Amino acid sequence: MLERLLILSVVLFCIGLYGVLSRRHIIAILMSIELMFNAVNVALVAFSRYVTPADLGAPGGLAENARYVLTGQGLAVFVIVAAAAEVALGLALVIALMRRTDTLDITAVNLMRR
Amino acid sequence: MAGNLFEEIIFWLLAATTIGAALLVVHVQSLFRAALLLIVSFLGVAGIFAMVNAEFLAVAQVLIYVGGIAVLVIFAVMLTRDVDRGNLGTPVQPVALLLAAVLLGTLTYAVVQAEWRLLPEDLPGPLAAVFVDTPAQLGRLLVRDFVLAFEVAGALLFAAVIGALALVRER
Repeated sequence: MLERLLILSVVLFCIGLYGVLSRRHIIAILMSIELMFNAVNVALVAFSRYVTPADLGAPGGLAENARYVLTGQGLAVFVIVAAAAEVALGLALVIALMRRTDTLDITAVNLMRR
Repeated sequence: MAGNLFEEIIFWLLAATTIGAALLVVHVQSLFRAALLLIVSFLGVAGIFAMVNAEFLAVAQVLIYVGGIAVLVIFAVMLTRDVDRGNLGTPVQPVALLLAAVLLGTLTYAVVQAEWRLLPEDLPGPLAAVFVDTPAQLGRLLVRDFVLAFEVAGALLFAAVIGALALVRER
Protein backbone atom coordinates (compact mmCIF):
# COMPACT_ATOMS: atom_id res chain seq x y z
CA MET A 1 0.00 0.00 0.00
CA LEU A 2 2.86 2.42 0.85
CA GLU A 3 4.65 1.74 -2.42
CA ARG A 4 1.64 2.33 -4.61
CA LEU A 5 0.78 5.59 -2.82
CA LEU A 6 4.38 6.77 -3.23
CA ILE A 7 4.36 5.83 -6.92
CA LEU A 8 1.09 7.76 -7.36
CA SER A 9 2.82 10.71 -5.70
CA VAL A 10 5.89 10.36 -7.94
CA VAL A 11 3.74 10.21 -11.09
CA LEU A 12 1.78 13.33 -10.04
CA PHE A 13 5.01 15.17 -9.22
CA CYS A 14 6.56 14.36 -12.59
CA ILE A 15 3.42 15.45 -14.45
CA GLY A 16 3.62 18.74 -12.54
CA LEU A 17 7.33 19.09 -13.32
CA TYR A 18 6.68 18.48 -17.01
CA GLY A 19 3.92 21.12 -16.92
CA VAL A 20 6.16 23.69 -15.22
CA LEU A 21 8.96 23.20 -17.74
CA SER A 22 6.90 22.91 -20.91
CA ARG A 23 4.00 25.37 -20.64
CA ARG A 24 4.10 28.88 -22.00
CA HIS A 25 1.35 30.59 -19.98
CA ILE A 26 2.20 31.71 -16.44
CA ILE A 27 -1.12 30.57 -14.99
CA ALA A 28 -0.63 27.11 -16.51
CA ILE A 29 2.76 26.98 -14.77
CA LEU A 30 1.16 27.96 -11.45
CA MET A 31 -1.41 25.17 -11.88
CA SER A 32 1.39 22.66 -12.50
CA ILE A 33 3.13 23.85 -9.32
CA GLU A 34 -0.10 23.17 -7.42
CA LEU A 35 -0.06 19.62 -8.81
CA MET A 36 3.47 19.20 -7.45
CA PHE A 37 2.42 20.46 -3.99
CA ASN A 38 -0.40 17.92 -4.04
CA ALA A 39 1.99 15.12 -4.94
CA VAL A 40 4.20 16.00 -1.97
CA ASN A 41 1.18 15.95 0.32
CA VAL A 42 0.18 12.48 -0.88
CA ALA A 43 3.69 11.22 -0.07
CA LEU A 44 3.65 12.86 3.40
CA VAL A 45 0.28 11.37 4.29
CA ALA A 46 1.37 7.94 3.05
CA PHE A 47 4.53 8.08 5.19
CA SER A 48 2.45 9.21 8.16
CA ARG A 49 0.17 6.19 7.84
CA TYR A 50 2.62 3.40 7.00
CA VAL A 51 6.14 4.27 8.21
CA THR A 52 7.34 4.08 11.83
CA PRO A 53 8.44 7.51 13.08
CA ALA A 54 11.67 7.70 15.09
CA ASP A 55 9.94 9.73 17.85
CA LEU A 56 7.90 6.69 18.91
CA GLY A 57 10.90 5.41 20.87
CA ALA A 58 11.29 8.69 22.83
CA PRO A 59 11.08 8.60 26.65
CA GLY A 60 7.54 8.29 27.96
CA GLY A 61 6.59 5.09 26.17
CA LEU A 62 4.28 4.35 23.28
CA ALA A 63 1.12 5.74 24.86
CA GLU A 64 2.81 9.12 25.50
CA ASN A 65 4.32 9.42 22.00
CA ALA A 66 1.62 7.78 19.88
CA ARG A 67 0.51 11.11 18.37
CA TYR A 68 3.92 11.59 16.68
CA VAL A 69 2.72 9.06 14.15
CA LEU A 70 0.77 12.00 12.67
CA THR A 71 3.88 14.18 12.13
CA GLY A 72 3.59 13.66 8.37
CA GLN A 73 0.03 14.95 8.37
CA GLY A 74 1.11 17.98 10.43
CA LEU A 75 3.80 18.73 7.84
CA ALA A 76 1.18 18.38 5.09
CA VAL A 77 -0.88 21.11 6.81
CA PHE A 78 2.12 23.45 6.56
CA VAL A 79 2.60 22.50 2.90
CA ILE A 80 -1.03 23.50 2.25
CA VAL A 81 -0.40 26.84 4.01
CA ALA A 82 2.70 27.44 1.89
CA ALA A 83 0.77 26.53 -1.27
CA ALA A 84 -2.01 28.97 -0.40
CA ALA A 85 0.48 31.80 0.21
CA GLU A 86 2.32 30.92 -3.00
CA VAL A 87 -0.78 30.96 -5.19
CA ALA A 88 -2.04 34.25 -3.68
CA LEU A 89 1.28 35.99 -4.35
CA GLY A 90 1.75 34.26 -7.70
CA LEU A 91 -1.61 35.38 -9.03
CA ALA A 92 -1.01 38.92 -7.72
CA LEU A 93 2.26 38.93 -9.68
CA VAL A 94 0.37 37.63 -12.74
CA ILE A 95 -2.11 40.52 -12.52
CA ALA A 96 0.68 43.06 -12.03
CA LEU A 97 2.60 41.61 -15.00
CA MET A 98 -0.53 41.64 -17.12
CA ARG A 99 -0.98 45.37 -16.41
CA ARG A 100 2.61 46.21 -17.25
CA THR A 101 3.42 44.05 -20.28
CA ASP A 102 0.00 43.05 -21.65
CA THR A 103 1.10 39.44 -22.11
CA LEU A 104 1.47 36.36 -19.94
CA ASP A 105 3.62 34.39 -22.35
CA ILE A 106 6.84 33.65 -20.46
CA THR A 107 8.84 33.58 -23.68
CA ALA A 108 7.77 37.18 -24.37
CA VAL A 109 8.36 38.68 -20.91
CA ASN A 110 11.74 40.41 -20.76
CA LEU A 111 11.29 43.25 -18.24
CA MET A 112 14.65 42.51 -16.60
CA ARG A 113 16.54 42.68 -19.88
CA ARG A 114 15.64 46.24 -20.80
CA MET B 1 -11.90 -9.88 2.22
CA ALA B 2 -14.80 -8.27 0.35
CA GLY B 3 -14.08 -4.99 2.15
CA ASN B 4 -10.50 -5.16 0.93
CA LEU B 5 -11.56 -5.67 -2.67
CA PHE B 6 -13.90 -2.69 -2.41
CA GLU B 7 -11.03 -0.58 -1.05
CA GLU B 8 -8.79 -1.69 -3.92
CA ILE B 9 -11.38 -0.68 -6.51
CA ILE B 10 -11.92 2.72 -4.88
CA PHE B 11 -8.17 3.32 -4.68
CA TRP B 12 -7.53 2.53 -8.34
CA LEU B 13 -10.52 4.64 -9.42
CA LEU B 14 -9.25 7.61 -7.40
CA ALA B 15 -5.67 7.14 -8.61
CA ALA B 16 -6.77 6.90 -12.25
CA THR B 17 -8.98 10.00 -11.90
CA THR B 18 -6.22 12.01 -10.23
CA ILE B 19 -3.52 11.10 -12.73
CA GLY B 20 -5.79 11.35 -15.77
CA ALA B 21 -7.00 14.81 -14.75
CA ALA B 22 -3.43 15.92 -13.99
CA LEU B 23 -2.27 14.75 -17.44
CA LEU B 24 -5.11 16.69 -19.06
CA VAL B 25 -4.25 19.81 -16.98
CA VAL B 26 -0.83 19.97 -18.62
CA HIS B 27 -2.17 18.93 -22.02
CA VAL B 28 -5.41 20.79 -22.90
CA GLN B 29 -5.16 24.05 -24.83
CA SER B 30 -7.89 25.96 -23.02
CA LEU B 31 -6.70 27.38 -19.71
CA PHE B 32 -10.25 27.47 -18.35
CA ARG B 33 -10.67 23.72 -18.96
CA ALA B 34 -7.27 23.12 -17.38
CA ALA B 35 -8.46 24.95 -14.23
CA LEU B 36 -11.63 22.81 -14.08
CA LEU B 37 -9.62 19.60 -14.54
CA LEU B 38 -7.31 20.78 -11.77
CA ILE B 39 -10.35 20.71 -9.47
CA VAL B 40 -11.03 17.09 -10.47
CA SER B 41 -7.42 16.21 -9.64
CA PHE B 42 -7.66 17.97 -6.25
CA LEU B 43 -10.85 16.04 -5.43
CA GLY B 44 -9.17 12.77 -6.33
CA VAL B 45 -6.31 13.56 -3.95
CA ALA B 46 -8.86 14.44 -1.24
CA GLY B 47 -10.38 10.97 -1.69
CA ILE B 48 -6.93 9.38 -1.35
CA PHE B 49 -6.42 11.35 1.89
CA ALA B 50 -9.72 10.06 3.25
CA MET B 51 -8.60 6.49 2.48
CA VAL B 52 -5.37 6.71 4.52
CA ASN B 53 -6.80 8.07 7.78
CA ALA B 54 -6.19 11.75 6.96
CA GLU B 55 -9.77 12.97 7.44
CA PHE B 56 -8.79 16.50 8.46
CA LEU B 57 -6.52 16.88 5.43
CA ALA B 58 -9.23 15.55 3.12
CA VAL B 59 -11.62 18.25 4.33
CA ALA B 60 -8.88 20.91 4.27
CA GLN B 61 -8.00 19.83 0.73
CA VAL B 62 -11.58 20.40 -0.45
CA LEU B 63 -11.96 23.70 1.45
CA ILE B 64 -8.57 25.24 0.62
CA TYR B 65 -7.63 23.77 -2.76
CA VAL B 66 -11.05 23.41 -4.38
CA GLY B 67 -12.80 26.24 -2.55
CA GLY B 68 -9.90 28.67 -2.43
CA ILE B 69 -6.99 28.07 -4.74
CA ALA B 70 -8.97 26.72 -7.70
CA VAL B 71 -11.48 29.59 -7.51
CA LEU B 72 -8.58 32.07 -7.34
CA VAL B 73 -6.98 30.46 -10.39
CA ILE B 74 -10.27 30.58 -12.30
CA PHE B 75 -10.64 34.29 -11.44
CA ALA B 76 -7.11 34.96 -12.70
CA VAL B 77 -7.84 32.99 -15.89
CA MET B 78 -10.97 35.07 -16.50
CA LEU B 79 -9.04 38.31 -15.98
CA THR B 80 -6.42 37.47 -18.59
CA ARG B 81 -6.47 37.21 -22.37
CA ASP B 82 -5.66 34.31 -24.72
CA VAL B 83 -7.63 31.90 -22.55
CA ASP B 84 -8.63 29.59 -25.40
CA ARG B 85 -5.19 28.97 -26.84
CA GLY B 86 -3.07 30.13 -23.93
CA ASN B 87 -1.72 26.74 -23.00
CA LEU B 88 0.86 26.43 -25.79
CA GLY B 89 4.13 24.61 -25.23
CA THR B 90 7.59 26.16 -25.12
CA PRO B 91 10.47 25.18 -27.42
CA VAL B 92 12.05 23.14 -24.61
CA GLN B 93 9.10 20.72 -24.45
CA PRO B 94 11.07 17.58 -25.52
CA VAL B 95 13.76 18.32 -22.95
CA ALA B 96 11.07 18.78 -20.28
CA LEU B 97 9.51 15.44 -21.24
CA LEU B 98 12.91 13.74 -21.02
CA LEU B 99 13.69 15.30 -17.63
CA ALA B 100 10.31 14.35 -16.18
CA ALA B 101 10.64 10.78 -17.51
CA VAL B 102 14.14 10.39 -16.05
CA LEU B 103 12.97 11.70 -12.67
CA LEU B 104 9.95 9.39 -12.80
CA GLY B 105 12.15 6.37 -13.47
CA THR B 106 14.70 7.27 -10.79
CA LEU B 107 12.14 7.97 -8.06
CA THR B 108 10.08 4.87 -8.88
CA TYR B 109 13.25 2.77 -8.67
CA ALA B 110 14.11 4.39 -5.32
CA VAL B 111 10.61 3.76 -3.94
CA VAL B 112 10.64 0.11 -4.97
CA GLN B 113 14.22 -0.52 -3.82
CA ALA B 114 14.05 1.21 -0.43
CA GLU B 115 13.50 -0.87 2.70
CA TRP B 116 10.82 1.01 4.60
CA ARG B 117 10.48 0.67 8.37
CA LEU B 118 6.78 -0.09 8.11
CA LEU B 119 4.35 0.06 10.99
CA PRO B 120 3.07 -3.42 11.94
CA GLU B 121 -0.09 -4.63 10.17
CA ASP B 122 -2.00 -4.89 13.45
CA LEU B 123 -1.35 -1.52 15.05
CA PRO B 124 -0.56 -1.65 18.78
CA GLY B 125 -3.36 -0.19 20.96
CA PRO B 126 -2.20 3.43 21.38
CA LEU B 127 -1.40 3.84 17.67
CA ALA B 128 -4.74 2.38 16.61
CA ALA B 129 -6.39 4.87 18.98
CA VAL B 130 -4.56 7.77 17.26
CA PHE B 131 -5.95 6.70 13.88
CA VAL B 132 -9.47 6.53 15.32
CA ASP B 133 -9.74 10.26 16.14
CA THR B 134 -7.11 11.63 13.77
CA PRO B 135 -8.35 15.26 13.66
CA ALA B 136 -8.24 15.65 17.46
CA GLN B 137 -4.76 14.12 17.68
CA LEU B 138 -3.55 16.24 14.76
CA GLY B 139 -4.86 19.36 16.49
CA ARG B 140 -3.01 18.42 19.67
CA LEU B 141 0.16 17.92 17.63
CA LEU B 142 -0.19 21.26 15.81
CA VAL B 143 -0.99 23.58 18.72
CA ARG B 144 1.12 21.79 21.33
CA ASP B 145 4.25 20.32 19.77
CA PHE B 146 4.48 22.46 16.64
CA VAL B 147 2.96 25.64 18.07
CA LEU B 148 5.86 27.88 16.96
CA ALA B 149 5.68 26.63 13.36
CA PHE B 150 1.90 27.03 13.52
CA GLU B 151 2.19 30.72 14.50
CA VAL B 152 4.88 31.31 11.86
CA ALA B 153 2.51 29.81 9.26
CA GLY B 154 -0.14 32.31 10.34
CA ALA B 155 2.35 35.17 10.01
CA LEU B 156 3.36 33.86 6.56
CA LEU B 157 -0.26 33.89 5.37
CA PHE B 158 -0.73 37.42 6.74
CA ALA B 159 2.40 38.65 4.98
CA ALA B 160 1.29 36.94 1.76
CA VAL B 161 -2.09 38.69 1.86
CA ILE B 162 -0.47 42.10 2.48
CA GLY B 163 2.07 41.42 -0.27
CA ALA B 164 -0.62 40.40 -2.75
CA LEU B 165 -2.62 43.56 -1.99
CA ALA B 166 0.49 45.73 -2.39
CA LEU B 167 1.31 44.08 -5.74
CA VAL B 168 -2.09 44.58 -7.35
CA ARG B 169 -2.69 48.11 -6.01
CA GLU B 170 -3.40 50.67 -8.73
CA ARG B 171 -0.80 53.40 -8.81
